[in-house]
Amino acid sequence: MSKEEKKGFLHYLYKHRFLMGRRLTQVSIMLLYIGGNIYGWNILKGNLSSSKLFDVIPLADPFAVLQMFFAGAIVAVDALIGAGIILLFYALIGGRAFCSWVCPMNMITDFANWLRVKTNIHREEWQLRITRKTRYLAIAMALTLSLILGMPAFEFVSPISILHRGLIFGMGLGWTMVLAIFLFDLFVIKNGWCGHVCPLGGFYSLVSKPSLIRVDYDYGKCTECMECVKICPESQVLHMVGKHSSLVSSGECINCGRCVEVCNDDAIYFSLRFLEKSKEAVSHEGK
Amino acid sequence: MSKGRKPPVNESRRKFLVRSMQAVGISILGGVVWGAFVKENTYDPLAIRPPGALPGDDFLKKCIKCGLCVEACANRPTVPYKNGKKMITLRLASPGDNKPLGTPYFIPRDVPCYMCEDIPCVVACPTGALEPDLVSSLVDGKKSLDINKARMGVAVIDHKNCIAFWGLQCDACYRACPLLDEAIYIVPSRNPRTGKHAFMVPQVDPDHCTGCGLCEHACVTEKAAIFVLPREVALGKAGKHYLKGWEEHQEINGYEPQEEKKEKGKSPESYLNSEDLLNE
Repeated sequence: MSKEEKKGFLHYLYKHRFLMGRRLTQVSIMLLYIGGNIYGWNILKGNLSSSKLFDVIPLADPFAVLQMFFAGAIVAVDALIGAGIILLFYALIGGRAFCSWVCPMNMITDFANWLRVKTNIHREEWQLRITRKTRYLAIAMALTLSLILGMPAFEFVSPISILHRGLIFGMGLGWTMVLAIFLFDLFVIKNGWCGHVCPLGGFYSLVSKPSLIRVDYDYGKCTECMECVKICPESQVLHMVGKHSSLVSSGECINCGRCVEVCNDDAIYFSLRFLEKSKEAVSHEGK
Repeated sequence: MSKGRKPPVNESRRKFLVRSMQAVGISILGGVVWGAFVKENTYDPLAIRPPGALPGDDFLKKCIKCGLCVEACANRPTVPYKNGKKMITLRLASPGDNKPLGTPYFIPRDVPCYMCEDIPCVVACPTGALEPDLVSSLVDGKKSLDINKARMGVAVIDHKNCIAFWGLQCDACYRACPLLDEAIYIVPSRNPRTGKHAFMVPQVDPDHCTGCGLCEHACVTEKAAIFVLPREVALGKAGKHYLKGWEEHQEINGYEPQEEKKEKGKSPESYLNSEDLLNE
């Protein structure tokens, strides 16, 4: 601790570089949307469900379009292209970065999580246990309900949409939903919404497995302090820590970079899939 | 089950089965609540939608709730101001509005649709929930946007509370109508109460009314005596068996011309001379 204090503010910034980058990205995206609505800025218009980038490039939420497909609607080509662009970006490049770098709900749930740990509310034995696979059940339910009702079912209840739409177009009573998610994450389950229930996060978990940007773990450098696992909101994806070197290949990794920041041994870092350095490093044999 | 317990191998199977059934139980519980909310939330027969909106459920199926139509409406150069505040027609339903969440609608009494000729809201829609074809007409063989084709609703007059029906002089709605003398016209008649004045009452022609709500916005009564309702709510339907025999073009109901063609194809002679008779 004293070592860190000596290193001072710059070191603090360095130790939170991805966190601050994420907050900056999340806030900027929302501000661009809000400016697009209020002042007519032509950078990002619409909202996270569907938008226009620079007034030309369509973007759309692929999960919303998928639900519409199940509801029996073939949407116009703009939305299809938009959904394709977003899908390919996260699937081939960004991984599940939507959840940690774009989604505004992430700020709410991260705050709940931070408060939970700071105030010692968090005890493993106190929290309600549900499986992290609940989100896949939620996807199945969303698609089934879309089929039965002929409506994109999740789009009418999504707290994410309620939040980002609310920030841009007026919140109404939407804050109650946001508060509900906050309290759920604070008191009921750690990372409850984003890490267990959210079907949109689940959708990106499923599709972003092949992505280029991946976290890489080097067992050779690891001192097994487990700080990365402790801070990871999807800690199951770091199952290899302390065992063997490997890429974090699970689609459930949100590429938030918290593990990279907390590691004092340079044992865990962002990498590209084909640059998997850890392969050459020590594997099962140990150090 | 009575004869000796199975070895622990089956415990995992039992656990799997129980877990599966738990998932089923939770799904059905959640699904019923979730589905019921969506069903209730999307039932709104009175919502007035932007121009070119697909009818009823088709609109809700396709609307991605992005608000691009709302932004196009708010940021058009022709947006009017009132007391220094933008008069924005379209709103995106937020929780508490009691409208299908995230979908665009407008309240004509507050801010009506100003019937922009370039219909920016329809052009902005990425999914086709607002369909340009529904607000287009053929000009010189080319499709071009035509806001007069919009059918957002239809104006309805409350004869009891419209002061023109009392014999007072008011033509606020008539003057406000962008399709003056087509969508709203004035019918004069004698006022028997005074014996020397005329009633000048407004009438709506649903064949021309776009449902923009400029009349409702302009209405001088405390609560508007002319107001826009969705067409499915406000209009009746005579049915195909009622024909307007006095009208030359019967394709209005698409019934008579087909009948005529059929008769032409099957004259009495051809009927007798064909082999159909034997087959029957």
